[in-house]
Amino acid sequence: MSVPRYWREEVPRYRLQGKKCKACGAKYFPARPVCTCGSTEFGEYKLSETGEVVTWTVIRNPPMGYEKYKPYMVGLIELDDGIKILSQVVDVDPEEVSAGLKVEAVFRKVKEDGKEGIIQYGYKFRPVVE
Amino acid sequence: MRKVAVAGIGLIKVKEYWDRPIGSLFQEAAYKAMKDAGTNKIDSLYVANMSGALMQDQLNMGTVMADVIAKPGLPATRIEAGSASGGVAFHEAVKAVASGYSDCVMVGGVEKMSDVLPEVVTSSLVMSEEQEYTAYTGVTKAGLSAMLHRLYLDIYASPEEVGMMAVKSHDHAVGCRHAQYPFKMSIERAMASPMEADPIRMMECSGIGDGAAALILVPAEDSGVEVAGSAVATDYCSLAQRDDPLTFNAVKTAADRAYKMAGVKPSDINLAEVHDDYTINGVLSLEALGLVEQGKAAKLVAEQGTARDGKIPTNTMGGLKARGNPLGATGIYQVAEVALQLRGAAGDQQIEGAEVGLAQNMGGIASICAVNVLRRLA
Ligand SMILES: [Zn+2]
Repeated sequence: MSVPRYWREEVPRYRLQGKKCKACGAKYFPARPVCTCGSTEFGEYKLSETGEVVTWTVIRNPPMGYEKYKPYMVGLIELDDGIKILSQVVDVDPEEVSAGLKVEAVFRKVKEDGKEGIIQYGYKFRPVVE
Repeated sequence: MRKVAVAGIGLIKVKEYWDRPIGSLFQEAAYKAMKDAGTNKIDSLYVANMSGALMQDQLNMGTVMADVIAKPGLPATRIEAGSASGGVAFHEAVKAVASGYSDCVMVGGVEKMSDVLPEVVTSSLVMSEEQEYTAYTGVTKAGLSAMLHRLYLDIYASPEEVGMMAVKSHDHAVGCRHAQYPFKMSIERAMASPMEADPIRMMECSGIGDGAAALILVPAEDSGVEVAGSAVATDYCSLAQRDDPLTFNAVKTAADRAYKMAGVKPSDINLAEVHDDYTINGVLSLEALGLVEQGKAAKLVAEQGTARDGKIPTNTMGGLKARGNPLGATGIYQVAEVALQLRGAAGDQQIEGAEVGLAQNMGGIASICAVNVLRRLA
């Protein structure tokens, strides 16, 4: 992972920040250069940090770089503001996950690029404790 | 636009060729195709290859393969569209002949997956996804498919019904000489295999194999097999961007265009080769192709509706699961198999009287799809 490539995604990943179309109000995460309405004018938009699990899986044979975290869960989450996001689901056993599980964003380490590379961080989601 | 015919077919068995380099596989398929067509006077070359950059450190694959078949001077293009590379390359080759620009095109697919470790294959597969917010999560292609699989099970079918997609592909591969796994697999064995990405089990996933397939395309005359319809369509890359992740819009759009071009309806299709890299993707493809109503494909498969004598014979030579899935070559294998069926040259796999068949090849999780419809002439 190159430093600029990592650095330019820091704000969206660290703050869970997307964009809102100034023409039609559509909200995006991650940001897009063009809205489906055709507009290219966007403002900043802060995503909801809570939502529900729509569907999920357990990754047992991960891609390179993620081996030491296996097995881990990845889910499709619908946030309270309607935005859908893919994320790891953590701090819970797979048996305890079901569709509709309430989850909240947490800031976590994602992976390390070897001994000398970047330590990558970002969002993951965990169950909300009522 | 000129009508286009498939004049030559060359396939090699999908397997792990430890002792042969990638070029040797391509050469064998290419020579078989030229021999079959009765000509070596090709005027352009399209090479479908997905992961040579990662697996062989090789780019410029068009030139490399023109060199391999000792045809320097040939215009050559490498097409990469994830695991839809083959279907998309075929589409481009069809356009080259249809437009009148080329008169005798070779379109070949090649992939050599056994040169790398399985985790490199896993990483390669997820390279077809958007990297910064999808692959970044550590998800795999199996994992993304698994999330669809779970949604489908919640609404439409049992795990066994979806798993039957793999069982039927294996049934159809028995006796197929170019299939990687030409043996039966029971639903019990599939359901007892370890989880790959819950709820997808290992025996519901296509494997790792090396393969090459080549076709020769020429202007159609009044006999042989013509390309009746050919289309490609895309969708938003991420499942999170789609309103209904269980609807493969790229497949629907490509199919609608290809059917319209061919002047056929889904009910006119006599056999289908669909993209069953994971069982659920085969099931959802049958639905998006309009061959089965939404939510009913797994049940149809379980009730033998995709068997050789079923309503819509599907994956008649084993599909991605049992013929094998050598990524960039897969889409060319599919078209070649449909062409063999329409020629009546499918041997033990023959669907009697088949006149119209389709091949559906997709990349990413249906973020790109090629649908090619072939028809028997006279
Ligand atoms: Zn807009």
